[in-house]
Amino acid sequence: MEFEISGDELVNKVEELSGQNIFSCYQCGICTGSCPFAAEMDLGPRRMIASLIEGQVEVLQSNTPWICASCFQCVVRCPNDIDIAAVSEALRQMTQRRGFDHIDLSHIPAEERERIPQIAFVGSFRRMTR
Amino acid sequence: MKLPFYPGCSLKAQAKNFETSGIAAAHALGVELVEIERWNCCGTVYSLTGDDLMRQVAPVRNLIRVQEFGENRMAVLCAMCYNTEKRASLRAQRNKEDLEKMNAFMDKEEDYRGEVDVVHLLEILRDEVGFDRIKDRVERPLRGLRVSPYYGCMLLRPREAGIDDADRPRVMEDLLGALGAEVIDHPYKSHCCGSYHTVDDPHLVARRAHAILSSITAHGGEIVALSCPLCKHNLDDRQELVAQLYPDFSKVPVVYFTQLMALAFGLEDAMGFDQHYVDPHPLLEEKGLLRKIKV
Repeated sequence: MEFEISGDELVNKVEELSGQNIFSCYQCGICTGSCPFAAEMDLGPRRMIASLIEGQVEVLQSNTPWICASCFQCVVRCPNDIDIAAVSEALRQMTQRRGFDHIDLSHIPAEERERIPQIAFVGSFRRMTR
Repeated sequence: MKLPFYPGCSLKAQAKNFETSGIAAAHALGVELVEIERWNCCGTVYSLTGDDLMRQVAPVRNLIRVQEFGENRMAVLCAMCYNTEKRASLRAQRNKEDLEKMNAFMDKEEDYRGEVDVVHLLEILRDEVGFDRIKDRVERPLRGLRVSPYYGCMLLRPREAGIDDADRPRVMEDLLGALGAEVIDHPYKSHCCGSYHTVDDPHLVARRAHAILSSITAHGGEIVALSCPLCKHNLDDRQELVAQLYPDFSKVPVVYFTQLMALAFGLEDAMGFDQHYVDPHPLLEEKGLLRKIKV
């Protein structure tokens, strides 16, 4: 997917949507150290923020915001009170608002649809589809 | 004490045993959870973008149901619903401009005044019933049962929604202790279980469940107590996949804290131990807490 957006526009939009000051991050890394999913991510939360500070638009193709499940472990520990989960949400929504869904529900087996609780479906639709 | 109660969707289906045991256990302590009328899905996850007020309307609508009742508190059992409703209530209370916009969206409803407080049953048990009274109500102490509490995320974080200290919670430990159980601490009690990724990436969830449950058993826990239907699904039902991926894994039963209350209070009809992938009966029978049923 192509993004016609400059680094500055990206950071401004992320800050507007998330209400966070990206540049207050001093890269201590407690977010990545606390993140239960860090090993599953290409960047992890610290490098996701670093990419934004540096204006790298490729961050929009990172798996990091999609794996982030808003568990808020990094948020309660960030010494600069950055709501990193909200930054992930802003990045997801920038993709979604361009008309892209991240998951395809037609691949979920019927048996799974019976077993998985509704809150999982609604949560996953809200975080990963338009 | 009567309290307006928001069950949420999962408590009417996969987590029916959470609702049944929760209502019965609260009733045994003099707390009547009265289901609110015409409630709707809360949306499950709190929307984190500032301009996305439309997604706050669903949780706020439930608060209007409570307001119409003439009440100012709403009790919740499901940890995800609790978190979403709590944060929506705080946003409406603290941000009058957002509240006005939300009210404008809902032109067929009476205006929400921002006055309903959202509470989790665990808070009521700790702050209003008290653990001494709970201890007095116990008929069948859970003696010798090694229970590991699992908070997950939504009861503790972010801080504005937390019912206890985000790093060192103790409400579940205190409750389980009052029920006579042996509480087994472990380092993963507030680590995320993988949440809604159970829909798109069950293997990721299985890796999380394996890390959490292996740590619990390594520390001596033999049963897990929690408060979230999604954590329950990921830590209980997903053990089928965990066992396929990790042949040495030993299964561990996962139950709602309210089921252990119902067990300790002797509420035979409200325990609901039949809605589990890993059957808790053998362990509870071995401990002499449940009678063996002869077939």
